[in-house]
Amino acid sequence: MAAAAEEAAGSGGGGSPSSARRRLRIISGHLRSSPRAPEREALSLSPCKAQGGSTGPASGSIPRKRQELLKWNGWGYNDSKFIFNKKGQAEFTGKRYRLGGMVLPTFKEWMEKTFGASLDHKTTSRATLNVNDVPPSIVKEEFLQDLRATKISYSQDAEDRVFRAHGHCLHEIFILREGMFKRVPDIVVWPVCHEDVVKIVELACKHNLCIIPFGGGTSVSSALECPEEEKRTIVSLDTSQMNRILWIDEKNLTACVEAGIVGQDLENQLAESGFCTGHEPDSMEFSSLGGWVATRASGMKKTIYGNIEDMVIHIKMVTPRGIVEKNCQVPRMSTGPDIHHFIMGSEGTLGVVTEVTIKIRPVPEYQKYGSVVFPNFERGVACLREVAKQRCAPASIRLVDNAQFQFGHALKPQVASIFTSFLDGLKKFYITKFKGFDPNILCVATLLFEGDREKVLQHEKQVYDIATKFGGLAAGEDNGQRGYMLTFVIAYLRDLGLDYYVIGESFETSVPWDRVLDLCRNVKERIARECKEKGVQFAPLSTCRVTQTYDAGACVYFYFAFNYRGISDPIHVYEQIERAAREEILANGGSLSHHHGVGKLRKRWMKESISDVGLGMLRSVKEYVDPNNIFGNKNLL
Amino acid sequence: MAPPITRCPRPPPRLPQRSGQPSRGGAGQWVPREVAAAGRPLRRGRAAERGAGRRGGARRTMAAATAAAAPGRGRRGAPMYSKELTSKKRDEFEDILEERRLSSDLRYAMKCYTPVIYKGLSPCKPNAIKSAVLQSEQVQYVIKQLAKEMGESSDIIQEEAMEILDEMGHNMQLGAVRFFAFTLSKIFKQLFQRVCVNEEGMQRLQHAIQEHPVVLLPSHRSYVDFLMLSYLLYTYDLALPVIAAGIDFLGMKIVGELLRRAGAFFMRRSFGGNRLYWAVFAEYVKMMLRNGYAPVEFFLEGTRSRTAKTLPPKFGLLSIVMEPFFKREVFDTYLVPISISYERILEESLYAYELLGVPKPKESTSGLLKARRILSDNFGTIHIYVGQPVSLRTLASGRINRCPYNLVPRHLPQKPSEDIQEFVSDVAYKMELLQIENMVLSPWVLVAAVLLQNLPAMDFELLIEKTLWLKGLTQTFGGFIEWPDNLCAKKAVMSGLTLHSNIARLVDGHVVLNDKGVEDGAVGEIVFKHALAILMCATYRNQLLNVFVRPSLVAIALQMTRSFRKEEVYNCFSFLRDVFSDEFIFFPGISLKDFEEGCFLLTKCDAIQTNQQEIYPTNKGSVIISFLSTMFRPFVEGYQLIFRYLAKEAKEAFTEKQFIPGVRNFVFQLLEKGNTQCYEALSSDMQKNALAALVQLGAAKKKKMSNGFTYNVNQEAINKILDMFDARIPVQKPVAARL
Repeated sequence: MAAAAEEAAGSGGGGSPSSARRRLRIISGHLRSSPRAPEREALSLSPCKAQGGSTGPASGSIPRKRQELLKWNGWGYNDSKFIFNKKGQAEFTGKRYRLGGMVLPTFKEWMEKTFGASLDHKTTSRATLNVNDVPPSIVKEEFLQDLRATKISYSQDAEDRVFRAHGHCLHEIFILREGMFKRVPDIVVWPVCHEDVVKIVELACKHNLCIIPFGGGTSVSSALECPEEEKRTIVSLDTSQMNRILWIDEKNLTACVEAGIVGQDLENQLAESGFCTGHEPDSMEFSSLGGWVATRASGMKKTIYGNIEDMVIHIKMVTPRGIVEKNCQVPRMSTGPDIHHFIMGSEGTLGVVTEVTIKIRPVPEYQKYGSVVFPNFERGVACLREVAKQRCAPASIRLVDNAQFQFGHALKPQVASIFTSFLDGLKKFYITKFKGFDPNILCVATLLFEGDREKVLQHEKQVYDIATKFGGLAAGEDNGQRGYMLTFVIAYLRDLGLDYYVIGESFETSVPWDRVLDLCRNVKERIARECKEKGVQFAPLSTCRVTQTYDAGACVYFYFAFNYRGISDPIHVYEQIERAAREEILANGGSLSHHHGVGKLRKRWMKESISDVGLGMLRSVKEYVDPNNIFGNKNLL
Repeated sequence: MAPPITRCPRPPPRLPQRSGQPSRGGAGQWVPREVAAAGRPLRRGRAAERGAGRRGGARRTMAAATAAAAPGRGRRGAPMYSKELTSKKRDEFEDILEERRLSSDLRYAMKCYTPVIYKGLSPCKPNAIKSAVLQSEQVQYVIKQLAKEMGESSDIIQEEAMEILDEMGHNMQLGAVRFFAFTLSKIFKQLFQRVCVNEEGMQRLQHAIQEHPVVLLPSHRSYVDFLMLSYLLYTYDLALPVIAAGIDFLGMKIVGELLRRAGAFFMRRSFGGNRLYWAVFAEYVKMMLRNGYAPVEFFLEGTRSRTAKTLPPKFGLLSIVMEPFFKREVFDTYLVPISISYERILEESLYAYELLGVPKPKESTSGLLKARRILSDNFGTIHIYVGQPVSLRTLASGRINRCPYNLVPRHLPQKPSEDIQEFVSDVAYKMELLQIENMVLSPWVLVAAVLLQNLPAMDFELLIEKTLWLKGLTQTFGGFIEWPDNLCAKKAVMSGLTLHSNIARLVDGHVVLNDKGVEDGAVGEIVFKHALAILMCATYRNQLLNVFVRPSLVAIALQMTRSFRKEEVYNCFSFLRDVFSDEFIFFPGISLKDFEEGCFLLTKCDAIQTNQQEIYPTNKGSVIISFLSTMFRPFVEGYQLIFRYLAKEAKEAFTEKQFIPGVRNFVFQLLEKGNTQCYEALSSDMQKNALAALVQLGAAKKKKMSNGFTYNVNQEAINKILDMFDARIPVQKPVAARL
């Protein structure tokens, strides 16, 4: 189950579930009654916090002890997961998501059919972290003394350190379940404001330490892994406590926000003033603003709001050389190459992003989901291309292939009444029998429209008219909504898969329009072939969706998962196949990454991607900004 | 993982669903292609059933075609020739005419024909392909470009493109196919004793056709090749190929149109300069390939080999069919080498005349009708060996820089980069070597080789003895001899002589060449007649040469250098390999490997012993060494004659049209005077190759002029090469180092 841990610092082809806002409300409600309130009080009493004229309450969703709220060896919240209940039916626990508490009657069959997985063959993760296995924390006393003097909170606790030693790549989760990282941070620090970060970086320079910034921890590029050969003390700089909105400027529609804020808090708090950023990567519950900036993130509603590079007005970053920022907050300037572009995508190799001024928009008046069924994937892509050409893409438009359509079906909850199931049957009959769509070929586009009511309806009609030209049939709001839900629960599914010998992951690329079909077909075929060659017993699930449209191309997102029973070293096999798939993408004219970033996972292709000279340019920036490699996470270069 | 394909004793009923579309979306167990395909046995009616009954399950099973082409093979530097040549497993043959002789041809022609097809195929009519080609971005782009450059309206050029397409396009129709199925059955039964096919190859092909676009690459020895494959695929219920044919066929009334309906499409002989033609043609071929419309068939050699030696490959069409893969418009492409060997070549005497300068008759329907008298003649057996499909993706892995294809829109015409050109050339040679590997050699081929070394007459018993000896040697060298186990040598030689009674005959216990009319007539005529007989005989010996060339060149080098030092022998070998690079097929750039291969084979047959620095002929090896070098002597001597002519007599600049008669006269006079016995130097094929070799060695310059190519030779350089041949000067390193 393709675990799609979306990029750490954010990113993601997409989205929030049905009603993102409802979810946010639930979460914020949960937080208001949180017993951790006093601690937060204490934090906000610190002098640093007091200075910043913060608007609204400075409450972060993610506690210092992440494991209290989040799984330590999997994705997302402790209380939310897929299980097989006593009747052997799949069920999603918890109350955070719309799917919570619902039974998914067809899921088990789908899983057995797709992966040849069986409930009888189970693997189990270790129940808790074995603290004795964790590499010891080696920190010099002089540094600790200096650190204590700054009053910045820190921890050398084994759990704290391990939970900041990884992102959500498959191999990282596998290690958590069954092994131990060779290298983890020696100490975790929690700065609460920009000044704290300045002090930490100064100390790191003074004592020659290695800093690895940590935001939401949702990286899927091995970006958070500690380089094994790093001999210096590794300081994990957790930005989660720098999470206030410092100010909102309604005249210019901008907000200045501390970089540690996670997506849901940002949207939640802005919503209280009637605003939003509109940046919604799939990981938005957990990924942080600073992480988005550091990886060049993309949100599912980028058609309206833009990608992170379009949203950012001003960035403050602390580097070993000092602070880098622009002198004004303007929409555009011609002052040589944009220094923001050195920062965005730097993946923590240059410094720590502390404060970001970001564009905000009034919360849209009206939202509407939609979906269109196409007779086949080719027609679907042609339709998306036409939509892009006419520049009338809705807030989000995604095209899932047949395998993913069937996957979505498997996640359909038990229907409440006979009437609904009758209606479903009727719909199915109409599409497959009356319209002659082959249920094993057809594919679905999901849509999300946003804006004022009248315009949305107008826009909707325009898009459906285009779709009709390509043989598309409107398939209702409900299907659209479920499509978006699928993309965030899919990350939870990987954990379930891992329990039943199924491993998987997602990866993404961007590609010119004319190569979309060839790329999708060839990459899937390559995966199937590689699996076969590597001795995978069952055909893998390899499925894709087009998640973003641009003028000149599209972003394509792949899920890939297989049953690894009978393979002695599944992770190695998995990595070989993923590598082959990436080779295939590059050979088909796709990019190394659209929004997940490079990290350490995709470094080997950097030279090919940006040329020798290009790589040299980036290196020279790194050498100037950070000559002693304080930010030594070894990403990117 | 690929399930073994076993022959069912009786073809089970057709699978309910078309096997073309298994497991969409990648879900489900590994049902895919292989199983689906295996579920459907290769069909060939009753004879196949009987065959299966006869042999029972003894036949070995075969892994699916995907297992083809071991990774890394074929990449430069990878082993090109199998070291275990004799132990090489080859499939067994089935005679497809056997069934034809037993059942109605008409029913056969009318049989239910529903071939397996490419999984991604969207069916379309020949005319739909043409209009798709015309509307394609590729062709439209060139049309617009030309319109702009020539200041003409693009409608006119579009019209022109349409005309090209109409001239070119095939119009495959089942009716014509059935017509051919009927008439060819009749004709083949008249002409040939047997048409033998390796059925396992057909099975592999069946899988390949469903999986990826397929390119069929048969050898080309006869016009019979043209329809033979289509006939075969029809017999086995496989998708019929579209075949690239020379435009000359269109000169034939009715027949041209018939061929077109049987799936032939026509290409002009040269169109390098015509951008519109190139664009239309290339797109036409690619369109058929990409859509999996039909397997594309063409001849790498470009034309029928008049000498039965494999001709150096042409690269144009090959690079066209490889392009969709380079641009990733298809996931992979299968290249299938196919070796078609004739026991007796239909055109044998025509070829000999042609080589001696009597022009090839123009293709015409009346000519074809006149040729019908050959129907009363017997042309023995045809062997068709369908090789293992080679995955282009596997060949290309790690060799192609993907950047050039990613940075330019795919519909723009793009000159292939140097490494692509090199790759295309490597693949072409690899395919030809695979063809050669599976060429079937009849006993007569061995007889011809022995006989040519023992002219004018040879004792029959001795001939049998030597033929048997050569059989052993050929097998050691990896030659694929079809010599039935129980057939005694005498019978084999006798039946060869009977079949080829026009070439040689038995007179008083001696075998002599059949050069009738030599006794009387002028000297010149005697020479001509004799040359004719020798060239015809040589056509059969030639079939051995590419199997023997590596050890033989080592043998010749040993004799030429009169040295045992490995380095010197290698330098000489390398020189010879260069000189004969157009004459025989060598994989480019692996001179040393070829040398090692030659040494290995000579060691294997105990002809030489080697250590680190030296090579010694053994005592018993001298027979082999001398046989091998005599086998190639016509080439060594012939080239020397031709070089000598060029060194002495060639004018400042000359065209090929001037050169051929000039050198022919020169050799003719020498033969008349009895100053040489090298009749083969009269062959225009050898003359052209020798000239091409000089160009490659830098001793001649080839310039393109308005009326074709002209040549300039460097006398000094040629003399130097001649000196090397005569071993007056040692072969110098620079020549070898040039490799």
